[in-house]
Amino acid sequence: MPAKIGEVIEASSGEFTAQCYELHQPPSFGSLVKTREGEVEIYGVVSGAATTSIEPGRRPIARGREEAEEEDIYRSSPQLSKLLRTDFNALIVGHKEGQKLHHYLPPRPAKIHSFVYLCDAEEVEKFSQSFDFLSILVGAGGQADELIAASLRHAAAAHQDPRDFLIKAGKELAVLLGGETNRLNNILRRIKV
Amino acid sequence: MIGGRLGIIVSGSLTKGVEVRLDSAISVEDIAVGRYVTIEGEKRRFFGMITDVTLDAIDQRVMATPPDVSDPFIAEVLAGTTTFGRLHVLPVLTIGGDALSLLEGPQPVKTVPVHFSVVREASEQDVEQVFGQVEEKQFYIGTPLDMETKVRLNPAELVKRSNGIFGKSGTGKTFLARLILIGILQEGAAVNLVFDMHNEYGWKGSSEDRREVKGLKQLFPSKVAVFALDEESARRRKVSTDFVVEIGYDEIEPEDIAMLRETLGLTDAAVQATYRLARRFGERKWLESFLAIEGREELNELASSLGEHEATMAALRRRLDSLRRLRFLVPHARDNAIQRILDYLDRGINVVLEFGRYTDYTAYILVANLLTRRIHAQYRERMERALGEDIAKPRPLVITIEEAHKFLNPDISGQTIFGTIAREMRKYNVTLLVIDQRPSGIDEEVMSQLGTKITCLLDNERDIESVLTGVSGKSELKAVLAKLDTKQQALIFGHAVPTPVVVKTREYGSPQSYKELGFREALELKKKAEEEAKDLWG
Repeated sequence: MPAKIGEVIEASSGEFTAQCYELHQPPSFGSLVKTREGEVEIYGVVSGAATTSIEPGRRPIARGREEAEEEDIYRSSPQLSKLLRTDFNALIVGHKEGQKLHHYLPPRPAKIHSFVYLCDAEEVEKFSQSFDFLSILVGAGGQADELIAASLRHAAAAHQDPRDFLIKAGKELAVLLGGETNRLNNILRRIKV
Repeated sequence: MIGGRLGIIVSGSLTKGVEVRLDSAISVEDIAVGRYVTIEGEKRRFFGMITDVTLDAIDQRVMATPPDVSDPFIAEVLAGTTTFGRLHVLPVLTIGGDALSLLEGPQPVKTVPVHFSVVREASEQDVEQVFGQVEEKQFYIGTPLDMETKVRLNPAELVKRSNGIFGKSGTGKTFLARLILIGILQEGAAVNLVFDMHNEYGWKGSSEDRREVKGLKQLFPSKVAVFALDEESARRRKVSTDFVVEIGYDEIEPEDIAMLRETLGLTDAAVQATYRLARRFGERKWLESFLAIEGREELNELASSLGEHEATMAALRRRLDSLRRLRFLVPHARDNAIQRILDYLDRGINVVLEFGRYTDYTAYILVANLLTRRIHAQYRERMERALGEDIAKPRPLVITIEEAHKFLNPDISGQTIFGTIAREMRKYNVTLLVIDQRPSGIDEEVMSQLGTKITCLLDNERDIESVLTGVSGKSELKAVLAKLDTKQQALIFGHAVPTPVVVKTREYGSPQSYKELGFREALELKKKAEEEAKDLWG
C-alpha cells in the first residue's frame, strides 16, 4: 500500500479537496492520487494546492525580521506549524471497481475523511495506458492547459519510453482540441522532450 | 508496408471514388498513385486504385499560422492529427467476401464500402486474385507498381478486339508492341501481320539505350517470316529475308492513291482525276500509262479529253512522279506479294514486313493500305464461305500498324480499310494493333472501338482525353496517366484486364528474358536438328 498523504475534507462528484498530513508537502501539481469510497478507488489529478491559516479570519503575519534563516522562524515559534494547514485539490479522472479501470467519474463522491494516497509509478503507468482521462482535463477550465501538461509530464516519467508516450498523448490532444490550435501548441511546448 | 493498414474511408461516391484519411503513422510520401488498395467493407472486400494524394488539416487556421515544426516532437505529434494526408481511391472491383465473387472471381463494383472501412495496401495475393495466376508458360506483361505479382494479359482475349498502344515518343511503345506480339506468338492466339516501318520487329530492334535486342524471328524462327520492301537495306542489316515484296503499278488502284491525298498533297480534283484515268486506261493500266506520258503537249491533250483542268493534270503527274523513287514499285511484280503473305499466314507463320529505308509516310501508307485491303477482302470472303459451308474459319489475324493517326484520322477513317477493320471488330477474324503517339489524331469512333488500350506516358491534354474517352473513372485515371514514368511503365485498361493497371513492364533484352519468352524454341530446333543428323549418320 502506498503511503497516505492526507485526508479528504471536501468532496463532490468531480473533485475533492484533501488536507495534507505534512505542512508544506502537498503532492506535486499534476500527479496522480487516489482515495476510496467503499469498494471503489477514486483517482484524481492534483489540480492545485494551498497553505493557509487554520482560521479563515486570521492571516499569518511576517515574523522573520530578526531571524537569519527561514527555518529559524518555525524554530522560535513552534506553534506556527499547528496554526497553518496545507490543502490540495484533485480533479477526479477515473475510478477502479474491482480490477477494472474506468476513465470516467465514479458513481459517488469520496467520503469525508477518506485517506488519500499518492499513486506509485506502476499504478500511474497502468492508469495512463488510456488517454480517455484527457478529455476531462481539457474541459477543466482555469489552468486546464497547465494541468494537462503537468499531468502528462508526470505520467511520462512512469513510462518506459517517455517520448513515445508523449507523442501518443499529443496526438490524442490534437484530436481533442480540434480547431484550438493555439491551446494545442501551448500544451505541446510544455511537454516537449 | 505491403498489406499494411493505410487508413479509413471517410467519404466518397461510386462515380467519383472514395476519400481515405491516412493513419498518422503513414506518410503521404510513401504513397504513389497507381498503387492498389483493398477496402474491408462490412460485407465485401473492395479492390481499388489510388488516384490522388492530398494534404489536409483539421482546421484552416493551421495553414494560416503554421505550428513550430522545427521541433521534431511537435512535428511528430501534429503529423496525422492536426495535419493529415488524404487519398483518393477509385474502387474498381469487389473481391471475395460474398458468394458471387468467390464463385465467379472479381466483380465490377456497384456500390461503395461503408463509412470508416479500413483501407489496406493490396497484398500480392489480392493482386493475384484479381489478375489471375500466371502459369509457367503463360504470357504476362509485367508487374503492378512495387509488386511482384505478374499481370497476365491473355493473348487469346486480347486478339478478339482491336487494341491500341499509345504514348509519346521515347516512352517504349515499340518495346510494348514487341512484347505483346511475342505474347500472341508464344500462345499461338493469332497470326500477325506487322507493317514494320522502322525495322524494329523482324530480325532485331534496338532498345531505348541503343542496345540491340532480338526481334521476333530470332525468338521464333519457325513461326516468323521477314518480308522486305527494301532488299538492299535488309542485306546491309544482315537480315535474312524470306521474301522481297514488289508491287506492280498494275496493282495500284485509284483508292490507294486517295489515301495518299494528305501525304502527297493532292487536291480533291486530282483524286477525282485518278478515277477518270482508271476508266480511260483500265484499272490495271492507268498508273503505268499515265506515268509513261512524257511532254506537256500530250498531258494537255489528255486533260482536255478527260475534261480536266490542265493544271490539275500537271500537278497530279508531278506528285505521282514521286512514286517512282519507291524502288519496290515496278510495272509488273514478279510474284504476287499478297498471295505470298496469305500463304504464310495460312500456315500459321507470322509475317513482318520491313520497310527498310522507305521510312516516309507515302510508302508506308500506300503499302499498308494496299496489302491490307486485299488481305482483308480475302479474309472476308473466306469467313463468309466458312459461315455458309461449314468449313474451317481462317486463323485470327492481327495487323499491326504504326503511326495509326495517318490511317485513322477522322477525315479518312471512314474510307480506309483500317477504319473498317476497327469498326467491324472481329466479325471477319481480323483485328488491329494500332501504335501511335498522337491518339488525339485518331477518329473518336475508332478509339471507342479499341478493346484494350495500353498507354505509356502522355502529356498532351488532348491525347490523354482521347485515350480515356468512355472509360469510367476517367478523371482519376488522367492523374495516373500523366504521372507515369517515362520508361517501362504503362497504364493498361479495357477488355483484357479486369481493372485498369499500371504495370512496370517486364524486362526484355537479357538472355534470361529471351529464354522465358520463347527463345527456347530456337534452341530446341537446333537440338532436334542435331538429333536428326545423328539418326541419319548413325
